[in-house]
Amino acid sequence: MMNKEAVLFAGGLVVDESGERHFDVRVRDGLVVETGSDLAAGDEERVDISGCILAPGFVDLHTHLREPGMPEAETIETGSRAAALGGYTAVVAMPNTDPTQDCVEVVEFVSKRGREIGLCDVRPSGSITIGRAGAQLTPFADLAAVGVHLFTDDGSGVQDEGLMRRALEYAGELGVVLAQHCEVASLTAGAVMHEGECCSHLGLPGWPSLAEELMVHRDIELSRLTGSPVHLLHLSTARSVELVRGAKADGLPVTAEATPHHISLTDERLSSFDTRYKVNPPLRTMADIEAVKAGLLDGTIDAIATDHAPHPSAAKDRPLDEAPPGMLGLETALGVARAHLDCSWQHLIGALSWRPARIAGLSDRHGRPVSEGEPANLVVIDPDPDWQVDPSALASRSRNTPYIGIDLKSRVRHTMFEGRMVVRDGIATA
Amino acid sequence: MTLHFRSIEEVGTERIHRLLDLTEHMAAVGRRPNPKVPALRGKTVCNLFFEDSTRTRMSFDLAAKRLSADTMTLAVSSSSVNKGESLRDTVETLDAMGVDAFVVRHRTSGVPWQVASWTPAAVVNAGDGWHAHPTQALLDAYTIRHRRGLTNDFSGIRVAIVGDIRHSRVARSTTEILQLLGAEVIHVAPRTLLPPTSDVATTTHLDDVISEVDVLYMLRMQRERMGAGIVPDGGEYSRRFALDERRAAALRSDALLMHPGPMNRGVEMMVDPTELQQSTILDQVTNGIAARMAVLFDLLGSGGIEE
Repeated sequence: MMNKEAVLFAGGLVVDESGERHFDVRVRDGLVVETGSDLAAGDEERVDISGCILAPGFVDLHTHLREPGMPEAETIETGSRAAALGGYTAVVAMPNTDPTQDCVEVVEFVSKRGREIGLCDVRPSGSITIGRAGAQLTPFADLAAVGVHLFTDDGSGVQDEGLMRRALEYAGELGVVLAQHCEVASLTAGAVMHEGECCSHLGLPGWPSLAEELMVHRDIELSRLTGSPVHLLHLSTARSVELVRGAKADGLPVTAEATPHHISLTDERLSSFDTRYKVNPPLRTMADIEAVKAGLLDGTIDAIATDHAPHPSAAKDRPLDEAPPGMLGLETALGVARAHLDCSWQHLIGALSWRPARIAGLSDRHGRPVSEGEPANLVVIDPDPDWQVDPSALASRSRNTPYIGIDLKSRVRHTMFEGRMVVRDGIATA
Repeated sequence: MTLHFRSIEEVGTERIHRLLDLTEHMAAVGRRPNPKVPALRGKTVCNLFFEDSTRTRMSFDLAAKRLSADTMTLAVSSSSVNKGESLRDTVETLDAMGVDAFVVRHRTSGVPWQVASWTPAAVVNAGDGWHAHPTQALLDAYTIRHRRGLTNDFSGIRVAIVGDIRHSRVARSTTEILQLLGAEVIHVAPRTLLPPTSDVATTTHLDDVISEVDVLYMLRMQRERMGAGIVPDGGEYSRRFALDERRAAALRSDALLMHPGPMNRGVEMMVDPTELQQSTILDQVTNGIAARMAVLFDLLGSGGIEE
């Protein structure tokens, strides 16, 4: 593992939850030790970040690292590197591994492997039910004791209302958060894409918006009933955003995330029959995109989460009904978000950093203010570049990015994890 | 850019007009004592059929042979491909043998587009999922044009397409080509057999339109859709949407009765269509060869089609 470094970030604009200021930032032994104007360099390395933004590192609520079980798609190592390159200092690893992250042993394996690699904080989530089969609860308290904060059966929703109610009641006293993949399965059997004009034209089975909205509504009401927090994963429809807005107005402990692809790509992409655009929930309409963006801008949706879902070419080079859903996200999230959201840097970084850090239970070390004594989990963003993704240059083991040929804005220049430069000038250092 | 024939929409009006004229020419070739021409000598056409379809496969095979192309046929169920090599491996392997055109049939929408991304050869869509079956559309349009003595202007022709529109690539492609030629199309089906959205006129009452239409186009109704929560079982579909004797009597004498085959007798067809003078069902089969010759010649042809 690399040594902790002593670095003076000079000339940048610091953006954190307290605001913006032109400060230099001195880092030593894994901590921010001094901030202020025109700091003099001592024996540490001076890194000129003029014209750049220095902010707390990003936190992804929704990363599929595919280990254990699917090393041909991604490993904790390749996924951690992709995260660091995307400006992330922490990721929540989704539990649909093989075996499932439904027991202490698997969760500890993922955490330990993440620490060994040391490119970002890898925090495993746990599944709500054993094997994500929707029947039997996992040991929430045992898993919480080894660091699990978010529980989800992501990939499918918990279909049984009675079971979901009991899960929320049981989770409430433990201080953990249940996160739902909202999809009523009986409405989406065989679905390949959003149900609407485009699927009618292409002759592909449709995934109706209602299948998401029914479960969003159900879980909001279950949160009201139980008082337990619910986090709603990857919201994709206009009506879902409206439901969450109402829940928040009622003061319910409901949070939500949206992905970069649901604010940038519509279902019409599938007209090419390119399986890289198959994702669950599916790409929807321009009206949905506008509603999800409005939700992110007014805070109805708390966080941008990638749903980074690597798949090898052999899996994606199949007919649309057989190809697995999902697309890469970690290395392009900032570029997509900046290109598609018209808001302040502070609001944007909040959606990528401190707001998801709180939902993930990571706000003790991530999304912190950039001030003396805080952990040095930082990202340096060059705001200016317009760029396009080169799939062959991605750190992810897979190549299923949907953004080929699409203009992105702003790039991660450096990422510092626990005081170590894990990305320097856009290149991973390990 | 390699030219393909994958959907009516993609091919466009100008090329469809040319292909209808060329189909007429190929139909004349088919009536010669020796219907074989050297147009595609030295070209190789590979039939890639991942879904059972004896008639379409044989029609394409004969069309290619009449143009003197060499043909190869790989007919496998998708499941057996999955056991070993992927779809992409299969295409790349065959491509390495030297193929000029792939004729692709697959149960999933979009596969002809995927195949085209893995080979420089031309791709002909022989039916993909619920999406498109453009050679069927071409032969249907040609059959109407020929029987009614039309040009490529179908204005004033009214066509009712009856049955399982939602799951039918034939309905999608044939509707597209007929609208493109200026015909008026109405879909006749219960809501559960229509696509989620559509800008085509629809009705659930076959009896309201049957006596007015120039073309009654009956679709095959798969028995497995009945009793599966899509339409009720027990003959209700046939009572509402099948061609029975009473409805056959309501057809205009100059109307055309069409069906893409294979028919499900006793489901959508309660009469014997061979006894109806309006039936074009066997003409459609004959014209299918000419239409497919036209498509292959359009994509690969450079030589003449004279004797």
